[in-house]
Amino acid sequence: MKFDRHQRRKIFSHGMTVLSGLAIVVILIPLIAILYEVIVQGLPAFSVGFFTKQFPVPCGSSNPSACPQGGIAPAIQGTFILIGMSSLIALPIGIGAAMFAVEYGGQSVWARAISTMADVLSGLPSILAGVFAYSLFLQYNRTLTFSTFSEAIALAVLMVPVVTRATEEALRTVPQSVREAALALGIPRWKSALRITLITALPGVVTGALLSIARAAGESAPILLTSLFSLHGFTGFNYSVTPMPLWIYYAATSPYHNWQVLAWGTALFLVLIILSISVVSRIVLNRLTRRAAGG
Amino acid sequence: MDGSSIKMRVQDLSAYYGKSRAIEHIQLDIPERKVVAVMGPSGCGKSTLVRCLNRIHETAPKARVEGTVLLDGEDLYALDATLVRRRVGMVFQKPNPFATMSIYNNVSAAPRFGGHYSRDEMDRIVVRSLKQAALWDEVRERVDAPATSLSGGQQQRLCIARALAAQPEVLLMDEPCSALDPLATAKIEQLISELKQEYTVVIVTHNMQQAARVSDYSAFLYLGKLIEFGPTEEVFERPKDHLTEAYITGRFG
Amino acid sequence: MPMGSGANPFPSSSPSRPRRPARWGNRIFAFLTGAGAVILVGIVLALFVFLYLGAKQSIDTFGFRFFTISIWNPFPYNVYGIVPFLAGTLITSSVALFVAVPLSLGAAIFLTQQAPRWMRGPVAQLIELLAAIPSIIYGFWALIVLVPIMRYDIEPKLYTYLGWTGLFSGTPIGLDVLTASLVLAVMVIPTITAISRDAMAAVPISQKEAALSLGATNWEVTRRSVIPYARTGIFAGIVLGLGRALGETMAVTLVIGNSNHVPKSLFSQGQTIASGIANQFLEASSPLELSALIEAGLVLLVIALAINVGARVILGRLQTGRGVGQE
Ligand SMILES: Nc1ncnc2c1ncn2[C@@H]1O[C@H](COP(=O)(O)OP(=O)(O)OP(=O)(O)O)[C@@H](O)[C@H]1O
Ligand SMILES: [Mg+2]
Repeated sequence: MKFDRHQRRKIFSHGMTVLSGLAIVVILIPLIAILYEVIVQGLPAFSVGFFTKQFPVPCGSSNPSACPQGGIAPAIQGTFILIGMSSLIALPIGIGAAMFAVEYGGQSVWARAISTMADVLSGLPSILAGVFAYSLFLQYNRTLTFSTFSEAIALAVLMVPVVTRATEEALRTVPQSVREAALALGIPRWKSALRITLITALPGVVTGALLSIARAAGESAPILLTSLFSLHGFTGFNYSVTPMPLWIYYAATSPYHNWQVLAWGTALFLVLIILSISVVSRIVLNRLTRRAAGG
Repeated sequence: MDGSSIKMRVQDLSAYYGKSRAIEHIQLDIPERKVVAVMGPSGCGKSTLVRCLNRIHETAPKARVEGTVLLDGEDLYALDATLVRRRVGMVFQKPNPFATMSIYNNVSAAPRFGGHYSRDEMDRIVVRSLKQAALWDEVRERVDAPATSLSGGQQQRLCIARALAAQPEVLLMDEPCSALDPLATAKIEQLISELKQEYTVVIVTHNMQQAARVSDYSAFLYLGKLIEFGPTEEVFERPKDHLTEAYITGRFG
Repeated sequence: MPMGSGANPFPSSSPSRPRRPARWGNRIFAFLTGAGAVILVGIVLALFVFLYLGAKQSIDTFGFRFFTISIWNPFPYNVYGIVPFLAGTLITSSVALFVAVPLSLGAAIFLTQQAPRWMRGPVAQLIELLAAIPSIIYGFWALIVLVPIMRYDIEPKLYTYLGWTGLFSGTPIGLDVLTASLVLAVMVIPTITAISRDAMAAVPISQKEAALSLGATNWEVTRRSVIPYARTGIFAGIVLGLGRALGETMAVTLVIGNSNHVPKSLFSQGQTIASGIANQFLEASSPLELSALIEAGLVLLVIALAINVGARVILGRLQTGRGVGQE
């Protein structure tokens, strides 16, 4: 009787182990399915022209070989321009806010307010960043509601919390004794903050910056609201550009075969970019932890 | 030994954490219904030794055991681990009540895991165990309060009650008094001498007087090796090894 | 600069008086970093202010009825209520959590309690990879691959066997609330898994040993010791997952079918707040519709931020620790 009961408990326990292992399998199925599809459909799109040519003319022909292939040069250009601009806006704000919180705020209300705001902002649905940028220019300058400015501001709003939180975390791992040592040597506070604390925390800061860039590179919703179907690449800051994710949206919802092929290629290229950013940031962070462990 | 039967027999036992060996080639007989004290300087492997006796050791990452341990003549490592732990209870160095459970549910945890008891039986087990652990008087009014509302010393006695409620045959206690005040310590020592009517007790202690007071047999470990083992009076009065003597007389540092 | 004053061999003789350049440096530094801090806080306030300004026309027109009007009708009425969007958002998010929570908790349990150690890191990173895939790619994949599977294989079966529940009635065309919910589920799994995994990994070994020493089986240790101890973190993970599901846009937009009506079943086409904005923003028929869309955005902002703050508060309370075994 007692043995039976014990046996049942063991079997139940094993059963739960199997079930939880099964959960992993179920979760990994979509991951594999998506990566498989992106690779299989995307790889054939890769060619020199893919990276250098303009978007092709939409082609309704049912015979794919009769259609121009074209490339996604305008989308690549759009992504780089937007990331450059939004980084210029977001990185100084994020790093500045974090340094202020850690170096001046300590444990004060201000420091906590900044962390809280960064936390709050990190939960912002990305499309609302687009609504925000749009409404902002609607109040101030209607001609810029659809422009690279508007697009970059929308992305920057999404990047700021990522950078702030990562920088703050990195700065807080620098031991207080390091700051005190610098101050005790008579090094002014701002110099010690920039040249000692920030440098010590640099890998963490760089990681945060890279993560925020990876996030911005994949965003499409906010850009959808702040750009107008522009297919000719960058023509001035007052006009919008189409970055890769948005181009995928346009192409995916279009009936044109030659556009859809390019969309898969773009998806693969985008995934590769985002993965390499996250691999690089992991390496940078590993160096940080190893250095911290080493002394 | 003095005629009583052997409850646990440790043969050529070595235990590892990864590549490092914490105890080596331990040979030890634990007589039934006696109290065995395990002494030795910090880090010598006392905890590791007792953790091998209920197969908790192997749950640590990369931990490994060589040699055999017999419980009533059966190989511990051939039996089912959860059943072994049921028969060989343990009280840990730091009190570890289930943080999310009430006092009552802590004590009744073991019976609830593997048995079906009526509410009445359960109540009886809980009250008896709490009384045995000298905690009942302090908590009788609030057995449904969270276990974490107790003081450190009370938490430790709660853990003892919890182990007793499983009705084990052997009770391992790893420095059970290190978190207790002298009064509570005295209660636990009293309890140990009562427990040996029914149970076999292995107690790890840093405190030599305590070992002398409560134990029938004493083991002295040093750097993972068993230096000396025998009836407590002999170990204390006529230590065979000069290391033991040095430790007992406090010349050890 | 401060090193230049090496002429004084006893710098400690005037320790508290800062040198001029340093004072200016400190001021400039404080000003610049302070500006970053002010802008960060300003962004959060500006979000509310500008969304409110954009929504003003709609707020003035509909007032509180915005929350009770159950149509979104540009023509002929030019009347807009958030009910259809809100319904779509709540239904997709709940179904997504219904699917994602058990899977995520199972994964977290497996990764912290059962998997062999060598497996834990790599598998956890694979699951995190799911979070790195841009949402537009989820949507594109779902549109091309998942929708046909739902339409021809899965939904007809659900209709046959579970149609009587009322949840799966209507014509299964694949572009519907159910498909959107499943995509959302996949997208929130990494969030819930990561946070509950952290919470379970943070359970002290002593808590598990307590259960083990009483003869608990593997599952009993998890059930009685690990999950109760980690429950706050698990809950926070679920709440954050909900926050992510509510605001997710592109993947949902591509597969939900885009119909501004309250869904009648999981096979109905629908609209979430986010997908409604994405779909209609550029094609708004009138300034009033645009304003109503921005008001819907304002509602989403309040919900999403409240949920996020809630989860952070829970997680913050977690970090203050518990009183086990005070030393
Ligand atoms: N989980 C672990 N991983 C690796 N090494 C460990 C682990 N636990 C203990 N050790 C090592 O094993 C050796 C024996 O440790 P053990 O805890 O058994 O000593 P102890 O005699 O109980 O000491 P104390 O009196 O301080 O409790 C020590 O060198 C210790 O560093
Ligand atoms: Mg010990």
